[in-house]
Amino acid sequence: MRRGPCCWLETTMTDSKYFTTTKKGEIFELKAELNSDKKEKKKEAVKKVIASMTVGKDVSALFPDVVNCMQTDNLELKKLVYLYLMNYAKSQPDMAIMAVNTFVKDCEDPNPLIRALAVRTMGCIRVDKITEYLCEPLRKCLKDEDPYVRKTAAVCVAKLHDINAQLVEDQGFLDTLKDLISDSNPMVVANAVAALSEIAESHPSSNLLDLNPQSINKLLTALNECTEWGQIFILDCLANYMPKDDREAQSICERVTPRLSHANSAVVLSAVKVLMKFMEMLSKDLDYYGTLLKKLAPPLVTLLSAEPELQYVALRNINLIVQKRPEILKHEMKVFFVKYNDPIYVKLEKLDIMIRLASQANIAQVLAELKEYATEVDVDFVRKAVRAIGRCAIKVEQSAERCVSTLLDLIQTKVNYVVQEAIVVIKDIFRKYPNKYESVIATLCENLDSLDEPEARAAMIWIVGEYAERIDNADELLESFLEGFHDESTQVQLQLLTAIVKLFLKKPTETQELVQQVLSLATQDSDNPDLRDRGYIYWRLLSTDPVAAKEVVLAEKPLISEETDLIEPTLLDELICYIGTLASVYHKPPSAFVEGSRGVTHKSLLPRTGSNESVESPDTAPSGGPAADQPSVIPTQGDLLGDLLNLDLGPPVSGPPMATAPVQMGAVDLLGGGLDILMGGTGGSFTPAPNTAAPTNVGAPLGTGLGDLFDLTGGVGTLSGSYVAPKTVWLPAMKAKGLEISGTFSRQVGSISMDLVLTNKALQVMSDFAIQFNRNSFGLAPAAPLQVHAPLAPNQSVEISLPLNTVGSVMKMDPLNNLQVAVKNNIDVFYFSTLYPLHILFVEDGKMERQMFLATWKDIPNENETQFQIKDCSLNADAVSSKLQGSNIFTVAKRNVEGQDMLYQSLKLTNGIWVLAELRIQPSNPNLTLSLKCRAPEVSQYIYQAYETILKN
Amino acid sequence: MCFQQKMIHSLFLINCSGDIFLEKHWKSVVSQSVCDYFFEAQEKAIDVENVPPVISTPHHYLISIYRDKIFFVSVIQTEVPPLFVIEFLHRVADTFQDYFGECSETAIKDNVVIVYELLEEMLDNGFPLATESNILKELIKPPTILRSVVNSITGSSNVGDTLPTGQLSNIPWRRAGVKYTNNEAYFDVIEEIDAIIDKSGSTVFAEIQGVIDSCIKLSGMPDLSLSFMNPRLLDDVSFHPCIRFKRWESERVLSFIPPDGNFRLISYRVSSQNLVAIPVYVKHMISFKENTSSGRFDVTIGPKQNMGKTVEGVVMTVHMPKAVLNMNLTATQGSYTFDPVTKVLTWDVGKITPQKLPNLKGIVNLQSGAPKPEENPSLNIQFKIQQLAISGLKVNRLDMYGEKYKPFKGVKYITKAGKFQVRT
Repeated sequence: MRRGPCCWLETTMTDSKYFTTTKKGEIFELKAELNSDKKEKKKEAVKKVIASMTVGKDVSALFPDVVNCMQTDNLELKKLVYLYLMNYAKSQPDMAIMAVNTFVKDCEDPNPLIRALAVRTMGCIRVDKITEYLCEPLRKCLKDEDPYVRKTAAVCVAKLHDINAQLVEDQGFLDTLKDLISDSNPMVVANAVAALSEIAESHPSSNLLDLNPQSINKLLTALNECTEWGQIFILDCLANYMPKDDREAQSICERVTPRLSHANSAVVLSAVKVLMKFMEMLSKDLDYYGTLLKKLAPPLVTLLSAEPELQYVALRNINLIVQKRPEILKHEMKVFFVKYNDPIYVKLEKLDIMIRLASQANIAQVLAELKEYATEVDVDFVRKAVRAIGRCAIKVEQSAERCVSTLLDLIQTKVNYVVQEAIVVIKDIFRKYPNKYESVIATLCENLDSLDEPEARAAMIWIVGEYAERIDNADELLESFLEGFHDESTQVQLQLLTAIVKLFLKKPTETQELVQQVLSLATQDSDNPDLRDRGYIYWRLLSTDPVAAKEVVLAEKPLISEETDLIEPTLLDELICYIGTLASVYHKPPSAFVEGSRGVTHKSLLPRTGSNESVESPDTAPSGGPAADQPSVIPTQGDLLGDLLNLDLGPPVSGPPMATAPVQMGAVDLLGGGLDILMGGTGGSFTPAPNTAAPTNVGAPLGTGLGDLFDLTGGVGTLSGSYVAPKTVWLPAMKAKGLEISGTFSRQVGSISMDLVLTNKALQVMSDFAIQFNRNSFGLAPAAPLQVHAPLAPNQSVEISLPLNTVGSVMKMDPLNNLQVAVKNNIDVFYFSTLYPLHILFVEDGKMERQMFLATWKDIPNENETQFQIKDCSLNADAVSSKLQGSNIFTVAKRNVEGQDMLYQSLKLTNGIWVLAELRIQPSNPNLTLSLKCRAPEVSQYIYQAYETILKN
Repeated sequence: MCFQQKMIHSLFLINCSGDIFLEKHWKSVVSQSVCDYFFEAQEKAIDVENVPPVISTPHHYLISIYRDKIFFVSVIQTEVPPLFVIEFLHRVADTFQDYFGECSETAIKDNVVIVYELLEEMLDNGFPLATESNILKELIKPPTILRSVVNSITGSSNVGDTLPTGQLSNIPWRRAGVKYTNNEAYFDVIEEIDAIIDKSGSTVFAEIQGVIDSCIKLSGMPDLSLSFMNPRLLDDVSFHPCIRFKRWESERVLSFIPPDGNFRLISYRVSSQNLVAIPVYVKHMISFKENTSSGRFDVTIGPKQNMGKTVEGVVMTVHMPKAVLNMNLTATQGSYTFDPVTKVLTWDVGKITPQKLPNLKGIVNLQSGAPKPEENPSLNIQFKIQQLAISGLKVNRLDMYGEKYKPFKGVKYITKAGKFQVRT
């Protein structure tokens, strides 16, 4: 609230006139004006130049002309020129150096303003050469009688240090700077501290601010003397100090506390940081500790009456503070109540803190507020408010019932996003208080159809699965979700899989079909490794030991923790040391996000050390932080066991995962057994190849019962099949520690196999073979484990036919027929890639009806047609036809047009793609012309290769 | 060479239509394109007030404030206390306000050279240098009609060619050699009530944000002591740096050498529920009917705990739900407007006379076919009470030491509504 005269602006004599000359030739014009003899004209010209600068125009071309105006006794003109120089000195250092003599001269000017301007501008010129001119004037200015010059010089030391650190040290400027901390003028003190802390920060090793009780005392004295901005620097600097005992900590706190009443919120927050940090060292029994706690609350609350931007930063920090020391603000709940015209970013932060402060004492008020917020306009805010109600229920047990009924009220509003949020949080409430509020399930089920967000769908499915025995039509409900299984998000798919397995274990008789359906959907038709893995684990569990499955899947779940999204204690302690900084706004340590943050060291809170105890005393030694008694927030993630036990998504589990140890051990065994079966009993632990996320793909055909899942028939028919290329070496022994692999692909009566020869060229016995394919264009995958019955002795070879199927996961490869394979033995895992001929994918029912062929041929656009030449093939039409038929390329029709034979052929790939071909054979010409039409023209080239291979062999 | 870009790197001023109309770089020039991230956030926020104050971009952080329809967007590159930056930006805006009488795009453009000089003076190498208005005004003179005219005739300048004298003393906020013919010291005790009143009329939350704004025109180096009848009310106070904190701690007296001119002496907060009187009450009936595309609106305002003073300058604003098309109302007092675009209803009530309570009543028309609004609009009330500090804070006496003359002293009290909201 500043009162000032308001009528200044009616004048026409404003600077806006300087913007008017924006035509071309402007620079030229300005140049002329700058070189005018008239002082007034010069000044106006410089003003125009500056006006252009303010809107981002590049007027650096005028540099020499502006610099020429510098030699003047008109202070205003001189200042304007300096303004210009400061802007361009950094980007045009070479030109700026032209003015250096004037700078040096101006450093001697009787007017302190000019001395200061000169030294300041010189510091901005980032050229090594400038330093030799700068040192002497700077030394004088640091000792200048005028504080305005001294404070400017102090900053200049930091600038110079940035250009040439060694020079600054050699010249003793750092010591002068340290002396300035005790200057009589507060602004000099402030700038000296700022400069020192900048230098210290960029050179952490410099020991510049080696804080000891003497220097701390100096800083604390300066704290009272210097400007608000300097106070911030001093406080931030103090925060890095480690007091030697609790007495020293207390005495620093006492001297910092008055800063809490400062009008500048940045000063307040920096003071809070120092206090929060040093409090760690004080014993809670101390009277002073309690006093300090009380003193911290009012300034934090006051920050919330400031401008919204300040409030936001304050709230982010308060969020940390209430997690660390909830007692400070426990009585101040109401200041966090949301006003409807708060900016959204303030509203969301306030809500978060309300939940953190919620307790039995204030829960009624909090709930009333949250309910109010849930009817507001802003969707994000409403959602968070609904979620907050759920968090209250989980945090304050006494309020759970009230929260649930509030949520039910909200569900009745039928506002779509409110309903969805409510369901998500009710799921969490169920997990916290099992068997208590299930009466509401009916109401929830009514809203099943309106759920369109994955999180809400997943939550609802979880509820249905978890309480399947109480929901009569649970199977119908879950089945309805299954229809669009592949359109669901992974979250929902996983949840659906788990829910149906739970349902099956609870009501096995009616739901067998459903569970088979979901297992095959998850394992065969999905390319999501998590989903497949979970599917296989369930499948194996169910097929090997249903009792164990029940124990694992329906195991009692650990209750979810009291409070969600708490910051991890060690991170919290680190962040407390960064109160007031960007780190505190992002809730991440600076090392995680500040670009080029040099010398960022991890900060941690101080251990409590009593002054009367010796430091070596064992009970004070490694108390580190309060981490030990905090609940661990989340168990290990990503490992298989954690995954298995964590099958239900949801908030982090409280308590260490060992709580469920017996079940876990069971899981290990089951899993081990499962893997054994999977690996065909070759024993040993199979390490999945790193580039394939899923274990070996055992694709059971759809519809087989659970029992014969692993009943693998390696049925090898010996009827005439497709053309089989001779074996080639795929993996030379040199690359695989003595294991040589050669092989080929074949197709016989509908089954594809990979025919391998494994040769042991090493000196040791090889065993424990296993194989895996990476995802590939046609989903090729081993249909059985690699069966090597006896260990492979040195120099021994074994021939193996590995049956393949095409139900693995699909990923387009380049080239299309590239297959990446991992083979493991007792020595290592080896990788190779090979190309398979496409004709192994030509299926037996690839003959198209003539009518159909004609229609399809017309239907496929012409740009999908590709023509190839098959050279030097002297076969006649019939021979060609029969040879191709052996490899499942079928002749649909044959015509003779003008003496040449036209064969119309069709073939179908395993993935259902049809390829239509027209083959022209001229009796006199050994070259055949092949035209291919296909809806997926990228396969054509490979089809052509197959034609060539088949016809020429 | 390693650049340590510390503190505020650059400043961009952006108007509401997204034009960058001023930029200032304290380090090397940062391209305007960095503001694209800001515009992106602005677009996402829809409402200008909702633009987040801290935005991270791949190479910089943008910390911004929104004031007087201008975004002050600062560019920083390293870990910097955001409050430091935000406080500084507000200080820049304050200074513009102080210098040009208003902080607007026109005022800034009209005085662009002064603006540039100010910015250069306020920050060096990213460190705030001089942010006290008193000092700045000695370094860079504010524009006046008279001076512009005189300058253009005589060719004299508007740059102070002497150093601010305050720089030499330990009281940077005051210049030496101040001289007035009439020595005056005025204190305005201004209290704002922030409150949330629920549907039933009970107070959910209430607190008083108070400030004492001073206008001191005293010659020389006066040393003042201001004492209160009831200083214990003030337990949460922020002080101007001139106040001697120790004296306050021990004696509960505000002792200080004041800056010259206008400044905020203290700000304080009174939150103890029983101390916060609520001077008005609102009776309201706002309802929307299903299927008829209409609703009813009936609001009455009356005086409550007003300590026998008149409640005046009453204005009620309501953000009606989006579905509201227009409103046909009758006001027994004052006038109302409804903006169908922003959906804001404003009722300028004026003074409340207890004999005849102001009432606004009538029909709300909804968009046909739109569902009945779920949310109930909050009523935002503004009011003023002259000659009253609602907390009961009273100045006891003002003593002056160090100077011989007898100053004229005055204290004024006023209570206003701050964020005063009634839920319906």
